[in-house]
Amino acid sequence: MASENVITLSDANFADTISAEGAPVLVDFWAEWCGPCKAIAPILDEIADEHTGSVTIAKLNVDDAPNTAREFEVMSIPTMIVFKNGEQVAKMIGAKSKDAIVEELANHM
Amino acid sequence: MTSSDTIHDVVIIGSGPAGLTAAIYTARANLSPLVLEGEPSSTSDQPGGQLMLTTDVENYPGFPEGVMGPELMMNFKQQAARFGADIRTVKASKVDLSERPFKIWVGDPEAPEPTHLSKTVIVSTGAQSLMLGLDRENELIGHGLSTCATCDGFFFRDHDIAVVGGGDSALEEANFLSRFASKVYLVVRRDELRASKIMQDRAHANPKIEILWNTSVTEYVGESKLESVKIRNNLDESISDLAVTGLFIAIGHKPNTGLFEGQLDMKDNGYLLTQPGRTATNIEGVFASGDVQDDYYRQAITAAGSGCAAALEAERWLEANDEGH
Repeated sequence: MASENVITLSDANFADTISAEGAPVLVDFWAEWCGPCKAIAPILDEIADEHTGSVTIAKLNVDDAPNTAREFEVMSIPTMIVFKNGEQVAKMIGAKSKDAIVEELANHM
Repeated sequence: MTSSDTIHDVVIIGSGPAGLTAAIYTARANLSPLVLEGEPSSTSDQPGGQLMLTTDVENYPGFPEGVMGPELMMNFKQQAARFGADIRTVKASKVDLSERPFKIWVGDPEAPEPTHLSKTVIVSTGAQSLMLGLDRENELIGHGLSTCATCDGFFFRDHDIAVVGGGDSALEEANFLSRFASKVYLVVRRDELRASKIMQDRAHANPKIEILWNTSVTEYVGESKLESVKIRNNLDESISDLAVTGLFIAIGHKPNTGLFEGQLDMKDNGYLLTQPGRTATNIEGVFASGDVQDDYYRQAITAAGSGCAAALEAERWLEANDEGH
């Protein structure tokens, strides 16, 4: 089951969530029909549970928010974009191992 | 952390249809298999294997309406877990098969102690897609160049795109992508397709697909993302531009056998060599199943079948050779 610590994004709460001050916010652009997206879902749940407070994990379904995906030039999913104080600080394209994702987040904590 | 104090009966490397079928069989035989399923990636070298990048699987028996590739692999995994297979989302980084128990490293391959010891090893590491090997290929992945049509097709709605290749997977991708794209060029090196009749018929009947015969892609054009590709006519060597914003490559596969170089016998093309009609390799107690040893059939069902065969051979080998069993 999905972690309660993962925020589900929509066009309505996207801007507020990514502009939160302090902890980095990782936004996972995903969709139901994408195999590698499903494969990293449990990893993101674990990261959200293990780093509660020091990092925010959020998910945006590109089927529901194609315009936001286009705005951030997402052309492949999963794409994970890390925001810090509202600024994009990292973009990871493609599914990655848990270690690789945590390592990238650690650069911005 | 090391768990090498325990000596496993069976370690399975890989988690496609072959590896997970071997896991189901060895788990049901009470051999408590450890499965090193691999790490997430957007290539076919990932947990679940190549089927994680496909949509409808129509030829796997037992699913009269077809089944989604990722769903099929989730089912395999749940079935293996139900019988007690220990499935870990890690990648083997080194193996030493020179003596028993066999040594397997996860993480740092230079670590003095192996992570796992095992009496038998089933190698089911599969195969991954070949790329064209052109300049700037890696930097353009995710920027117009794709290794996963099902992941990325959605972003090419009303774009002109191209698929490179003439086999079943190329035609399947072209058909799938035609749901989104306005035009799909199929770039085919020769003047014929290797694909099965049913896939060829579908491609020919699809008004959005145009086949470019005797053609190869020679260069990617575009700064931050793909804007076009240069193509060569292989008959008269002429070069022209093909304006596509997406390029999907399906030109074949190479086996994931790097870990075993110098240890397991391979064919000239890198696929693992097994004894005729068996999954046994040149090293006693090491078995190979699935696409890593199959350059001929390369189907989910044949991979699953050979995973079953490897499990039965490993079980019988343990019965015959393992004093403590």
